[in-house]
Amino acid sequence: MPEEILFCKGGGCTAKLGAGVLERVLSRLPKPEERDPALLIGYESSDDAAVYRISEDVAVVQTLDFFPPMVEDPYLFGQIAAANALSDIYAMGGDVRTALNIVCFPEKMDLNILGKIMQGGSEKVIEAGGTLVGGHSIADSDVKYGLSVMGVVHPEKIFPNDGVREGDVLLLTKPLGVGIVCTANRVGEASPAAMELALRSMTTLNKYASEVIRKYDVHGCTDVTGFGFLGHLKEMLGRGLSAEIDSIRMPHIPESLGYADEFFLTAAAQRNRNHVGELVKFCGVPFAVEELLFDPQTSGGLLVSLPKKDAEQALVEIRRLGLPCDIVGKIVKKEKQQIEVL
Amino acid sequence: MERVDARGKTCPLPVIETKKVLENMTEGQVEVLVDNAIAVQNLCKMAEQKKMKAVSEKKSEDCYVVTITIEAGSRTEADTSAEACIPDSRAAGTVVALTAETMGTGDDVLGKILMKGFVYALTEQDSLPETIVLYNGGAKLSVEGAETLADLKLMEAQGVEILTCGTCLNHYGLSEKLAVGSVTNMYRIAEVLSKAGKVIRP
Repeated sequence: MPEEILFCKGGGCTAKLGAGVLERVLSRLPKPEERDPALLIGYESSDDAAVYRISEDVAVVQTLDFFPPMVEDPYLFGQIAAANALSDIYAMGGDVRTALNIVCFPEKMDLNILGKIMQGGSEKVIEAGGTLVGGHSIADSDVKYGLSVMGVVHPEKIFPNDGVREGDVLLLTKPLGVGIVCTANRVGEASPAAMELALRSMTTLNKYASEVIRKYDVHGCTDVTGFGFLGHLKEMLGRGLSAEIDSIRMPHIPESLGYADEFFLTAAAQRNRNHVGELVKFCGVPFAVEELLFDPQTSGGLLVSLPKKDAEQALVEIRRLGLPCDIVGKIVKKEKQQIEVL
Repeated sequence: MERVDARGKTCPLPVIETKKVLENMTEGQVEVLVDNAIAVQNLCKMAEQKKMKAVSEKKSEDCYVVTITIEAGSRTEADTSAEACIPDSRAAGTVVALTAETMGTGDDVLGKILMKGFVYALTEQDSLPETIVLYNGGAKLSVEGAETLADLKLMEAQGVEILTCGTCLNHYGLSEKLAVGSVTNMYRIAEVLSKAGKVIRP
C-alpha cells in the first residue's frame, strides 16, 4: 500500500503545539463573568480533563485528544490514539463511560486503512469498559485520529494535577523514550526490541495503573504526554514547591538513550526544552538523559505524587503490569532551581 | 564548503543529514539551510555535543543558515574512528568484571537499578573498556530481556569485547538466551583477568 508511506510523518504527541504558545492564546480568551460553581476543574490549572459536578456523588470528566500517526501500522495507531485519549480520564481518577471518534482522512486514501484505525480505537474503548457512541469525520490532506471521551468520578476522589505536598515521592508508571524511539524508527534506525517495548507501552491503558493508585493517598496525578516528563512535572509543582529527580531510576526504553546520542531528536523535545529548561538544573547528567526527560511521550504513563510508604506499596502492584516503572524523585521545599536532576 | 539544504524537512532529518556529512570530514565548514528556528536549535545542540562551533543567521521568515565549523586538528584520529565504530576509543587493558546482577550489597532491588545505571554510565565514558566479562549472576545481564542489553550492544558495536561465562549461562538455564557478545569458559576468563592492566568490578 503506497499510501502507508505517507501515513506517518512524525505524529503522536510530538505534533502538539508548544506549551508557551498555548498559554498566550488561552490567557486572552473571554471568560464568563461568574464562574459556574459546578465546574470543579477547568483549564486554569493545566489539568488533563475538565470535571463538572452533576450531583453530590457524581462528576463528569470530559476530554478530547487526537493526532497524526506516529507508527506505520493503522491498527496499532488506532489503539495508541485511543489509549492516549482515554488516559486523561484515568489521570483524573475517573472511569470511562462513552467515547466519540474524531477522524480526519484523505478522500483518496484506501478506506480499509480507516477501518483498521477505527477497529484499533474501538477495541481500546471496549477494554476501557466504555461504549463508542458516535463521532465526526472530515476529509483532510493528512490522517488524524482520536477520541472525545466522557467519564465519571466521585467529586471527592478526583486526582488533582497540582495537589502535590512536600515529602511526597513521584511514581512514574511507564517508561520514557517512546518519542525518541519512534523518531529513530521513522528513519529506519530503531531495533525491533525497542519498537516492541514502545508499542506495548503506548497501547497499554492507564486504566490499570489508575485503579491501583486509587487505593492509596494520591496528592497529585497527571499523565506524561507531549510536554515530556519535565514539562508535566512543572505543571504538577505549580509555583510553591520543587522536585529532586533521581535520573538513574527513571524507567525508560533502554535503547532510547543510545538513539538520543545519535541525535534522533524531535522539534517538540526542543520546544519542551525551551519551555521548561530554565527551571531545571542538571547535575552532571549525560546529554542523552536530558533529552529523555524532555522527550514528548505519546500515551505515556501516569506521574503520581504520594507519600513514600504508599508509593512503595503501589509500585509493587504496578510492576506486575509488566512495564518499566519506578519511584523517580521527591517533592521538596521551594528551591531557587525548581527542578533538580541528579 | 559542504552544503545541506534541509528546508521543507522536519526534525530529525536536518540533524541526521548534517551529521552524515560531518562524519566524513576532518576539517572545514558545513552550511545547513533550514526553515524554522527549532531546527536551528537542534543543529546547534548537536554541534555543541560534538564540540564544534555553530553560528546561525536568519535570512528570512523561512530560511535560516547554520554554519558548523570543524577546526583543523580539533578532531583526533580517535574521534573520527569512533564515529565509524572502529574500536579505538577503548582503554587498552581495562577489563570490567560484572559478577552479579546487582551493584553493591544491601538491597537487591536497589542493586539492580544501580547495575543498570552503571552499565549505561559506562557507555557515556570517554574511553570504553577493552573487555567486559560477565559471570555468575552477571551472566543474567547479557541475555534476552535484560535491561542492560541495549547498552552492552552499544558498547559491542564500538568494539568492546563482551564475554559471558558459559558454565554460568547453563547453570541459570539461559544458554539459548545470550543476546550480545560471545560465550566463554573459565580459561579465557582467567586469561583476560590475568592480563588486564586494570580490572573494574562495580
